[in-house]
Amino acid sequence: MRAHRKATLWLAALVHRISGLLLAVFLPVHFLALGLAIEGEAKLESFLRWSENPWVKLAEMGLVFLLTVHLLGGARLLVLENFPWRDWQKTLAAIAAGVATLIAFGFLFRAV
Amino acid sequence: MDVRLYLAQRISAALMLPLVAVHILVVLYAVGEGLTAAEILARTRGSLYWALFYGLFVAAAAIHAAIGVRSVAREWTPLRGRTLDYGAIGFGVILALLGARAVAAVVL
Repeated sequence: MRAHRKATLWLAALVHRISGLLLAVFLPVHFLALGLAIEGEAKLESFLRWSENPWVKLAEMGLVFLLTVHLLGGARLLVLENFPWRDWQKTLAAIAAGVATLIAFGFLFRAV
Repeated sequence: MDVRLYLAQRISAALMLPLVAVHILVVLYAVGEGLTAAEILARTRGSLYWALFYGLFVAAAAIHAAIGVRSVAREWTPLRGRTLDYGAIGFGVILALLGARAVAAVVL
């Protein structure tokens, strides 16, 4: 592994990119699922009952993690680009990952 | 990256910061209440605020995702020029249309 790839902020950039790509893949599916309500409440309801499957809930937990980590990673980037560099910006990347994990587990606890 | 695309990417990101934060809170709240179609639609149907909130969210997300995917494709695939641009525009338009349809489905 090249030395720079061990750097926290290189990892933060990779996580931001991968989470963004996965969210972009998920978005059309999310919109199609909500669009079921056009065919009536029952159609959406049957989809939601299907989504109670534990594997789906686990996947949703992953999505909540991806969204939160992308949000906080993005906020970090906006700070980085618009304000002077500070050493604590590495800490922000770590906080982003930590908070995203907490929110994702929070989702799972609320869901089950 | 084109300066206009860079700016559109950052402006849509800044716009979505509060929208995503609210969305995550709503997800956590709604899932804890037991997710049902009746509960979701009772909250959103006929609501001008949710229509504006999600309408803006969809528009910003479509722009942001299309530019983001274009940047990644440019670095990680051989796609260049028009193929790259039209691909990104096509993806953004599909997201905007599906998103608008989803918003209409839950607020109308």
